Amino acid sequence: MSNKIPRGQSLPANDSSVAAERASNEPSAASRLGVRKTYKLYVGGAFPRSESGRSYPVYAAKSGELLAHAALASRKDARDAVVAARSAVGKWSSATAYNRGQVLYRVAEMIEGRAGQFAEEIGDAEGMSALEARRIVAAAIDRWVWYAGWPDKVAQVAGGANPVAGPYFNFSVPEATGIVAVVAPAESSLLGLTSVIAPVIATGNTAVVVASQDRPLPAITLAEVLGTSDVPGGVVNILTGHTAELAPVLAGHFDVNAIDLTGVPASGRAGLERLAASNVKRVFCAEDDWAAPPAPRRMLAFLETKTVWHPIGI
Amino acid sequence: MGDGAERGNAAARRTPQRQRSAGATLTTERGWQYALAPESREIVSIEPEYGLFVGGKFTAAESGGTFETVNPATEEPLARVAMAGVVDVDRAVAAARTAFEQTWGPMPGAERAKYLYRIARILQERSREFAVLESIDNGKPIKETRDVDIPLAAAHFFYYAGWADKLEYAGFGSDPRPIGVAGQVIPWNFPLLMAAWKLAPALAAGNTCVLKPAETTPLTALLLAEVCQQAELPPGVVNVLTGAGETGAALVAHPGVDKVAFTGSTEVGIAIAETVAGTGKKLTLELGGKAANVVFDDAPVEQAIEGIVNGIFFNQGHVCCAGSRLLVQESVADHVVDRLRRRLTTLRLGDPLDKNTDIGAINSRQQLDKITELSAAGEAEGAHRWSAPCELPKKGFWFAPTVFTGVSQSHRIAREEIFGPVLSVLTFRTPEEAVTKANNTPYGLSAGVWTEKGSRILWMAQRMRAGVVWANTYNRFDPASPFGGYRESGFGREGGRHGLAAYLDV
Repeated sequence: MSNKIPRGQSLPANDSSVAAERASNEPSAASRLGVRKTYKLYVGGAFPRSESGRSYPVYAAKSGELLAHAALASRKDARDAVVAARSAVGKWSSATAYNRGQVLYRVAEMIEGRAGQFAEEIGDAEGMSALEARRIVAAAIDRWVWYAGWPDKVAQVAGGANPVAGPYFNFSVPEATGIVAVVAPAESSLLGLTSVIAPVIATGNTAVVVASQDRPLPAITLAEVLGTSDVPGGVVNILTGHTAELAPVLAGHFDVNAIDLTGVPASGRAGLERLAASNVKRVFCAEDDWAAPPAPRRMLAFLETKTVWHPIGI
Repeated sequence: MGDGAERGNAAARRTPQRQRSAGATLTTERGWQYALAPESREIVSIEPEYGLFVGGKFTAAESGGTFETVNPATEEPLARVAMAGVVDVDRAVAAARTAFEQTWGPMPGAERAKYLYRIARILQERSREFAVLESIDNGKPIKETRDVDIPLAAAHFFYYAGWADKLEYAGFGSDPRPIGVAGQVIPWNFPLLMAAWKLAPALAAGNTCVLKPAETTPLTALLLAEVCQQAELPPGVVNVLTGAGETGAALVAHPGVDKVAFTGSTEVGIAIAETVAGTGKKLTLELGGKAANVVFDDAPVEQAIEGIVNGIFFNQGHVCCAGSRLLVQESVADHVVDRLRRRLTTLRLGDPLDKNTDIGAINSRQQLDKITELSAAGEAEGAHRWSAPCELPKKGFWFAPTVFTGVSQSHRIAREEIFGPVLSVLTFRTPEEAVTKANNTPYGLSAGVWTEKGSRILWMAQRMRAGVVWANTYNRFDPASPFGGYRESGFGREGGRHGLAAYLDV
């Protein structure tokens, strides 16, 4: 499953007859050259390379070995991602909450099926033991499940009828803000990433995500999950590359409605917040303990409250 | 917001107006005279000079600077008011910090509640005085201050008083904490009401406040400071700094301020967001708007006309959520515009203290200039201008109710917030076109829809990107109803349970 470079590990010796038979029909594992994966961007449901043709090397946290060349997204790629995200807002935000919940649950199912691959990738990316990596993957799956339950509940938690002093029916409903730019956590390449994407899209927003600069590979594998689950193209767009190059484009973009600066180092936030002011973006930033139980506030940060009045009469 | 439209309607039926303008052509006018019905201003005593309210006392500005506030209806100087400078901002923030740490912060919510109930009651008891003073300083009609501004301000304090000891049930966790010192900058269009919108939730949540009223309308905020004294609110819990833009800028930039709340123009809101960037201060903004008021062909026309009038001519159009773009279905456009013009000729413009007055004075010469400039641009860009034939007083700042037809979406009067009694009329054919045009703005504060069809109301309400949607009504406000914008109309909500979030560490 892995395509780490170099990939010399042979299959464990097994003298059972089934394994022997299979081995005899397949090329010797020891002699077979692994097929490496090309890590590309995820924009509008497709997997393009960077329009700039650039890439950058990604290394394992502990061993320092080269894992892959990730696409080095350009400012143009970021703008393209915003266009893709905008085109997806209408349909996704007007999908029924029940439907969005099922789509998010489907993501959890898909990750479950690829748990081994994710464990290996985050083990490499974050330099953790296999056991720890599997625990993190399980937590990420459970987080998608947690958020999968929210779409059809958040309106009752965050909205309701308001008892105004007059003959009017008045109610408030939460609605998606629109496009949310997300700078994903630098450290936690899958659980942290999940914890910032799921709350954004659960409520009908679409996301343009800047993956962890140094640990981008699990994000692209997550993109493959999203691309093969029922998440419509454009709902999540994932860019790999330099945060310092991409974040300002998104923070200053006039068609981005909100930005999550969680993955931006403290020193870089003021400049991005100033850019975000240009079109009154909603700005959110919170360094959570990703292992801790989540709370709804990341969802609530990217919701608008719409209040509707109508007279009561005959 | 009471029932201005219904009341106005009844008044129109009872008493067709005095018609003095030679330009009037409508045959329905019968030339009836109104007797003057002025509210007495004896109830108000305006001091020649006002100080800043800091730490529970009125004090002069450290610099000794003052500025004048005038009655916009007569240009008569009303008082000289202290101009707070940087040193005064320091003093006020320090007073608020001390109060937060020593009295207000540690105080049980139930006690805070009782202070706020006291303030609400005193506002009710002194409501006539506040109404007259507000009309004098702001220029808005006494019937609006009397029936809308002041009762709603009292209601806000009464509403949020009840939250002060129930915060753990507000859905923000079991022990939501206040943020600290709130710096609050408010506009001139609803001076006391905006002060109430800012102070009441902040105080209920346990914060202390430094309030900066608008330069042209400081007087009711200072009278509110006196109410705080009468309620025996601990010193420093509420501080009022009068001044100009620099005072507000110094306040929001002050490192001792933990929370910034601003209501005003998008331009200033963006500047504040830039100032606050990177400081970790919590920010809420309630900014401009260019609301669409959508009238379908099946709408009850008489009600819709009242709603259109209330939507754009309430408070001289000095309303961020004003229905300044009328989108009317093409098949009924001529009929609606005719009826609208006829209704506008019955509006009475003049002395804000006259109880019959519908349209008061424009708040300042600066604002009048802006309205005049944008209206001229409307004509220059090819829209057709019609103004109600009413006589404008010789002194003061006045602008006749004005309707532009033949407006296209690219015209400045369809894109920019005029903040005056100027309505731009556009047409549409299909509901989809109405939605597209309604949303074709960077703003998103409010919207209106008029139709008899329930499913269409909900369909429109779902699609219009605005924080408040008034269906078959317009410009209603209530302390229990969250108010605030989408997009460049700002973020955060005021009113209701939602309004607490702005002042809690959530």
